[in-house]
Amino acid sequence: MPQFMLLLYTEEAEAERSEQRHADMSEWIELSREMRESGTLLANGRLTSTDTATTVRVRDDRTELVDGPFAVTKEVLAGYFLVECSDLDEALKHAARLPISRYGSVEVRAIAHTDPDVASPAEEPERV
Amino acid sequence: MTDEADAAAALARTFREERGAVLATLIRHLGDIQLAEDAVQEAFATAVVAWERDGVPDNPGGWISVAARRRAIDHLRKDRAMAAREERLAVLTGLDTTVEEMGMAEHGALVDDRLRLIFTCCHPALEMQARVALTLRTLGGLTTGEIARAFLVAEPTMGKRVVRAKRKIAESHIPYRVPDDEELPERVRGVLRVLYLIFNEGYAASEGDELVREDLCAEAIRLGRLLCDLMPGEPEVLGLCALMLLHDARRHARVDQDGRYVPLQRQDRAAWDDAEIREGMELLDRAFQLGRPGEYQLHAAITALHVQMPDADREAWGQIAELYAALADLNPSPVVEVNRAAAVGFAEGPDEALDIVAPLLTDPALERYQPLHALHADLLRRTGDRTGAAAAYERAIELTTNAVERTELERRLRKLTMSS
Repeated sequence: MPQFMLLLYTEEAEAERSEQRHADMSEWIELSREMRESGTLLANGRLTSTDTATTVRVRDDRTELVDGPFAVTKEVLAGYFLVECSDLDEALKHAARLPISRYGSVEVRAIAHTDPDVASPAEEPERV
Repeated sequence: MTDEADAAAALARTFREERGAVLATLIRHLGDIQLAEDAVQEAFATAVVAWERDGVPDNPGGWISVAARRRAIDHLRKDRAMAAREERLAVLTGLDTTVEEMGMAEHGALVDDRLRLIFTCCHPALEMQARVALTLRTLGGLTTGEIARAFLVAEPTMGKRVVRAKRKIAESHIPYRVPDDEELPERVRGVLRVLYLIFNEGYAASEGDELVREDLCAEAIRLGRLLCDLMPGEPEVLGLCALMLLHDARRHARVDQDGRYVPLQRQDRAAWDDAEIREGMELLDRAFQLGRPGEYQLHAAITALHVQMPDADREAWGQIAELYAALADLNPSPVVEVNRAAAVGFAEGPDEALDIVAPLLTDPALERYQPLHALHADLLRRTGDRTGAAAAYERAIELTTNAVERTELERRLRKLTMSS
């Protein structure tokens, strides 16, 4: 069964607005519990704020660290849900149930098919 | 007819009428649109030679279907890198029946396959232009080049759009199935939107090659009829098909030799396509019998009234006004209100129509909506308010981009100022 990453984005200030979070808290807990019990939810989590981020790049064998996110944007990645379900329609339904979809955005991306035999996508010629 | 011409004609017919169905079934078996398309394409290429040499088979669609399945098996055997290769091979080889064994047994599955394919191509997770292109390419008989010309984009651009859409369907796991009952109404509306967009692109004679545009209308209607067969219980499906037919029937009568727009009242009725009108009326009747009115049915009913009564009397305009009122109830929109006001103007009089127009004139969103100002001008002229009418005509002319409409509005304005 395919797996999907639901990437939760919102404005940082919005995510921090505590009354909003408190109001939604029981809904988040209930939803996660239900999705985990049905076997849909594989993992989830809320991320700490972007000002605690450290960005790592290795160039010419040298590790460079940057104090901060890799890109400064208005809406930031605030959390994730990794789910397993039959197809995109199911994944989209789960995304729409997350409270954050009402004030932020949920990006749904399938986990790429990993078959050891398959060449990397870059090598595959485009066919029209 | 020579064997060669025979084979070519049969091939063209099979491509147009059966390719979509063959492709739809193969996609279900393979779970891969690209591979299925390649295999069907190759099967047609093989047919060019084989049918000319051996004669046209009794069941051309079945022949293509079996040949395409064998081509797909070859691909899967050769290309070890292909995803889920073993499972797919097992499915296909298990199915490897001969043409004779095929036949009606698969008919039910076939209907479902085409429906599945329509819903996949029109999936809301794809951008609108990609839905249109995919639908025309997989279910319609148009090539990427033809679609590109119809939509006035470069062929490589259209090619990339189609490739990206197919890759998204495969990689993001867009399902290949008919949506659940709960989702179905919204998804059917989405499919109808795609078909209507295809039709309008072909019908609105703004730019581009007229023949290519006629192709778009013909494809939209063909797909509409297919949808009517697949979902005979969906009144809006029938309604849209009726609407397209009733418009298309008059396509050759609506422009004169000089390319000028001819209003309905002055169109040459002999140039209308009676068969299309009859078919449209019958579909509309069937739709209304299902007892669930919707936007396409109402639009088709309005068009039907215009077609039946090009010189509509007060009573007919009254009916048209009621249909617009029903449309406004379903989905309020200023465009519908302007049309309703115009109908009320003919049914009851300019004063009653002005009552509807008044609130629209204060809506900032409609400040630049030309039809509203053109209607406002006509209504004021009919009440005898020449100064007001002249100002409204000037406003409408200012907002008109279409040369034909501008000439007509300028003529009305001149007439108004001359008679004062």
